[in-house]
Amino acid sequence: MMNSQTLSVPTRRLRLPLNIRYSFWFQSLMLLVLALLIFGPMVNLLLWTVAESWYFPHKLPVEWGFKYWQQVFSPHSDAVGSLLTSIGIALLTVLLCVMVSVPAGYALARRSLPLRALIMLLFLLPQAFPNLAVYMNVARIFYDFGLNGTIVGVVLVHTVHGLMFSVWITVAAFSSVDPTLERAARNLGAGPIRTFMTVSLPQAMPGILASCIFVFLESLDEFTGTFFVGAPEITTLPLLLYTASMEGNYQIASITALILLVPSVLFMLIVDRFMRPEMLSKIGH
Amino acid sequence: MREKPLLSLLLVTPALLLIVAFFVYPLGFSLHSAVTDDSGQLTLAHLNKSFELYSQDILFSLLIVLLSVALIALLSLTIAGLITLSPYQRLVSILGLLYRMPLFIPFIVAAQMMRTFLAKNGLMNNSFVASGLLEPLDTVSFLGWSGIVFTFVWKQLAFATLLVSGAMAALDRSQIQAARNLGAGRPRILLEIIIPQILPSLGVALILSTVAIMSVLSVPLMIGTGTPTMLTADMAFRINSYGDYGVANALGLISYSITAVLAWFYLRQGLANGGKPA
Repeated sequence: MMNSQTLSVPTRRLRLPLNIRYSFWFQSLMLLVLALLIFGPMVNLLLWTVAESWYFPHKLPVEWGFKYWQQVFSPHSDAVGSLLTSIGIALLTVLLCVMVSVPAGYALARRSLPLRALIMLLFLLPQAFPNLAVYMNVARIFYDFGLNGTIVGVVLVHTVHGLMFSVWITVAAFSSVDPTLERAARNLGAGPIRTFMTVSLPQAMPGILASCIFVFLESLDEFTGTFFVGAPEITTLPLLLYTASMEGNYQIASITALILLVPSVLFMLIVDRFMRPEMLSKIGH
Repeated sequence: MREKPLLSLLLVTPALLLIVAFFVYPLGFSLHSAVTDDSGQLTLAHLNKSFELYSQDILFSLLIVLLSVALIALLSLTIAGLITLSPYQRLVSILGLLYRMPLFIPFIVAAQMMRTFLAKNGLMNNSFVASGLLEPLDTVSFLGWSGIVFTFVWKQLAFATLLVSGAMAALDRSQIQAARNLGAGRPRILLEIIIPQILPSLGVALILSTVAIMSVLSVPLMIGTGTPTMLTADMAFRINSYGDYGVANALGLISYSITAVLAWFYLRQGLANGGKPA
């Protein structure tokens, strides 16, 4: 047990008791173990992207090189095609999500709605149920409409998954818009649409953009829904990664994984400022 | 301002239609086809067959979920507790950055990392051998149940810790200070003052993790060894190999039930937070 009373004494930096120093080294050791566990798998992935051959009992790749990078980025490779498919699907998903969730978010945040709580809950559903069992039935229903293996089908599945983020974040964004500004605009003679476009929407824009990034990433990374609804006609990057990995082609799989990793890590660094735990505790309020 | 409820409803309708048509309806469809036969008669045949063929996998999935969630709870409370209480600011800021690294890493990427990292000749075993902890012949592959748990914890811990430390940061610092002044040690402050107050957030984090674990297909397919495997892999197999929607949906029903108790708590929590106008 640590003697914590000494900690509140202002002079603690001058004479650290022995047990406090132990706890410093203990915490540092924990940090080191955590760092190894978190970075180990990432380093392993990076090694595989530049390993031309790597087999037992060698602890590191036998031959290094970028042979597989050329293979992945050659103009007619599967990877470039699926990268473009993935980005296209993600952009369409963002577009559809924004189109439906801006009006919905505005109505849910600003206007009195019957059954508001129930409606908000409906958008949480896809995150509250194991969605694989739903996706396989979506695929069965889509089959009747010829939507299986089409971009439209995949975009619809990704949209439903992304709606939770776009609707909830958009509601939060519109809730933070100052209502007196809207009222002032109306009193000065602006119509409801003009007020919305020039007063409410610009103020909610940061939140809406944040939700777009979430939806984009979710769509880019989505595997299960695409697996059931899109495959084999539609190959997104996650599906390509899966196929390559199951065929034992770890270099291609790792390079694909790295491509998927870049937007995720970039996003994490960008939102790091906004994703402070203290901020997150406000979402949904 | 004048309110026209009809207009409000109209604004929400497109989003609602999407969720109802492409989630609620297929969900009902899945529940319906789990308990009916081809002619639409109620039957328990699919459920019986599921238990007959897959009882081992049901148990396996349940154990994976419980083990992963327990580890996530333990580790997220430890990390968040350290962040809140540790006097070493530099350690805390490194820790804060470190635990969040896997937050946006997709499951499928994590699965591919672990597939090579945890293998018999993976980097983990190689490091153990190189540092003299293990002999080359003593290495074992961690692909299997332990790899699946490792992957889920690795990926979900970031999210759970973010929620938990968020809740801890929102606590009133003066309580902690008061307890400290009365002579309580850090472990005691964490256990008796902080944790009881952040239990709802921890609950939500664990429930969302459970749902994720019960939904992810790539991890059991890429890390698992085949038998026993998780229900997600069984459902995909049932559909792709036999087109057997009855049994697949019965398995779905079972996986809903495993999460249902927890999901109910989650939805109630959502109602408490989102039910009122913001």
